[in-house]
Amino acid sequence: MNAPAYNFAYLDEQTKRMIRRAILKAIAIPGYQVPFASREMPMPYGWGTGGVQVTAAILGPQDVLKVIDQGSDDTTNAISIRKFFAKTAGVATTTATDEATVIQTRHRIPETALHENQVLVYQVPIPEPLRFLEPRETETRRMHALAEYGLMHVKLYEDIARFGHIATAYAYPVKVNARYVMDPSPTPKFDNPKMDNCPALQLFGAGREKRIYAIPPYTQVVSLDFEDHPFEPYRFNAPCALCGAENSYLDEIVTDDKGGRMFVCSDTDYCEGRQAAGHHGSLSAAPYKEKAHG
Amino acid sequence: MYVAVKGGERAIENAHRLLANARRGDQSVAEVTLDQISEQLGLAVDRVMSEGSLYDRELAALAIKQARGDLIEAIFLVRAFRATLPRFGTSEPVDTGAMLVQRRVSATFKDIPGGQILGPTFDYTHRLLDPSLAEGFVPETPATAETSAALTPRVTDILGRDGLIESSPEAEDGASVGDLTREPLNFPADRDLRLQNLARGDEGFLLAMGYSTQRGYGRNHPFVGEIRFGEVEVEFAAEDVGFAVPLGAIELTECQMVNQFKGSATEAPCFTRGYGLAFGQSERKTMSMALVDRALRARELGEEALAPAQDEEFVMSHSDNVQATGFVEHLKLPHYVDFQSELGLLRKLRKEFAEANAPDAMKEAAE
Repeated sequence: MNAPAYNFAYLDEQTKRMIRRAILKAIAIPGYQVPFASREMPMPYGWGTGGVQVTAAILGPQDVLKVIDQGSDDTTNAISIRKFFAKTAGVATTTATDEATVIQTRHRIPETALHENQVLVYQVPIPEPLRFLEPRETETRRMHALAEYGLMHVKLYEDIARFGHIATAYAYPVKVNARYVMDPSPTPKFDNPKMDNCPALQLFGAGREKRIYAIPPYTQVVSLDFEDHPFEPYRFNAPCALCGAENSYLDEIVTDDKGGRMFVCSDTDYCEGRQAAGHHGSLSAAPYKEKAHG
Repeated sequence: MYVAVKGGERAIENAHRLLANARRGDQSVAEVTLDQISEQLGLAVDRVMSEGSLYDRELAALAIKQARGDLIEAIFLVRAFRATLPRFGTSEPVDTGAMLVQRRVSATFKDIPGGQILGPTFDYTHRLLDPSLAEGFVPETPATAETSAALTPRVTDILGRDGLIESSPEAEDGASVGDLTREPLNFPADRDLRLQNLARGDEGFLLAMGYSTQRGYGRNHPFVGEIRFGEVEVEFAAEDVGFAVPLGAIELTECQMVNQFKGSATEAPCFTRGYGLAFGQSERKTMSMALVDRALRARELGEEALAPAQDEEFVMSHSDNVQATGFVEHLKLPHYVDFQSELGLLRKLRKEFAEANAPDAMKEAAE
C-alpha cells in the first residue's frame, strides 16, 4: 500500500510556493481576490481549508500559532486545526494573543490589539462581497475591475428604506485602500474598525472558492456607509458577566428555559487575562457572588 | 454559575474513539477485509476511484471501510490523499478504441463491427430481492468463448468516417491538458476542464442534471452511440528513454452520445457529440456526464443557453460533492458570534417596530 508521508506543515513545497505567490500578489493589491489552485485538505471545505492553506504556506518552525473560532481557543474546530499544525509542523501553540506570531481565526478579530510581528489569517467561506447581489463570478469580477459598486450601495440604501438601518450585522462590507470592496469574512461588524490601520498583516483564505486576499499592515479599511447613516459597530450593552469588560464583543449564553441570559466575552483569552488580572463580573466566582445575588 | 466551555479536546478524542467503535460494529461479527470490499463491492470502489480522481483499488477500498460505507466521505479521504501526491507528468492519451472490452453496447446500430457484448450488467435483471444471496451463494461458472480477434472500432469513429458526426477536435501537438486541481478555475472554461470537472463530479448531481436535459431543460436529442467498458493500457512518454513506456492497465467506462445535428449555410449538417469517461464500470455516471457535456457545449455550438444544465458556471461550481458536502455541513460549526450579531439587530428592529406601533404613538399620529 502507498503509505502516506507528509511534508512540514502538510503541504508540499511546490504547493506552498504557489500559495505564497498568490499571497504576495494579494498584498500588492490590497483587497483584491487572487485566484489560487486550492488543494484538497484533510478537513472539509467550509471548515477552514483556505485559512489552513495560508497558514501552512507561511508557517515556519519558529512560529507560535494561535487558532480561534468564534473568538475562543477551545471551540472544537479551533482545537482540531491547532492540533493539525502541532502534529504536521510541530510548531509551538499558544492561546495568548500577544504571544502568537500567526493567528488563524474564524469569525472574530481578537480584542487585544495586534502588533507588527503578527499575521492574522482569516477563514473565509464566501470571499465575494457582491455574491448575494450577483451570483455569477464572471460578472462580479468585471464589477470589481471597473470598481462598479453601485449595486452594493443600492442594497445598503434599500436596507435603510425598509428597516431604517443597514441590516447587515456580520460580514459587513469594507473598502480597502480606497479601491476594492472586500468581504471581511463573517466577523461581527463590531470587529470592522480593528481592520483599519492595523499593524499586523491580515490574510484571508477561501479554500472552496479558491481565493486569497490581503490587507497589508497600516492600510486604510473603511466600512461602507452613508453620511446620514454612519457605520455603527454593534455590541450588546452590558459588561461581561465574568470579567466585567465594557468594550469586548459578547456571546449570549442561554442559562435556562425561562428567559435567563448571560453575556460573556467571546474572546476567551482576553476574558481569562482580565480575570487573572483581578477584574470580575457579576457572575464570576466569589467574592462577587453576593453582588450577583444581591 | 456559568463555567466557560472547556474540554473540547477531550470531547473530540472521545468522539473519535466512539466512531472507531461504531465503525467496527458488533465485534462478534467478522471484520470486513479490503479484498472483500474490492471484490464484492466493486462498483462502490469504482465510484470512489472516479470521483476521488485516483486509480487505486486498495486505497479506495480502505477509504470505503474507513468511511463506514459513506461513499462521499470515502471520496473525500481519497482526494485529500491525492492532493499530497507529486505530479511527475501526464500520460499519453489512452486509446479506448483498442480497449479490451468486457461490455459494449450501441443503441444506434443493431450490429456493429466487433459485435454487441452485453457483459456483466444489471440491465434486464428483474429487480427481485434474492434471498439465496444472503449467504453461501456460489454462482455458476460464467459462459466463455474464444477471444475474438475482431477489432471493436468506436461507433462514433464509424459515423465520423462518413462525416455524419462532427470530428473530435485534435489536440494541438505539445499542448498541455488543463488540470483544475493544479490551476484555479476561471470562466469560461474550456472543454478539457469541463470534462475533468464532470469526471470528478457527483454521480447524483450529474444524473439529475442529465435527466433534466431529457425532460426539456436544454434538450439535445441524445442517442447512446456506444458504451464500452474494459481495460486499456496507460502509457507514459518518458523523456529519458525517448519512447512511451507502459505503466499498466486500468478499467474504464466510456460513453459516446450522438446528439442532435447542427449545420449552417457553410457547414453540412452533422450529429454532435457528448462524452463521458470514468474509472471502472460506471455507466450511469458516464451517460449522465455525456448528456451534461453536450448541454455545456451550448455556447460553442451557438445554441441558446437557458437551462441549468447548459450553464457552465452553475454546473461546474456545484458538481463537486466534496466541496458541496463540506460547505453544507459546515453549518453545524458554531456560528454564535454572527448569530448574536443578527439577534442584536433583530431585537433593535423589533423594538423600533413596537415603538412605532404602540397605541399612544398611533394616537399622536392621528392627532
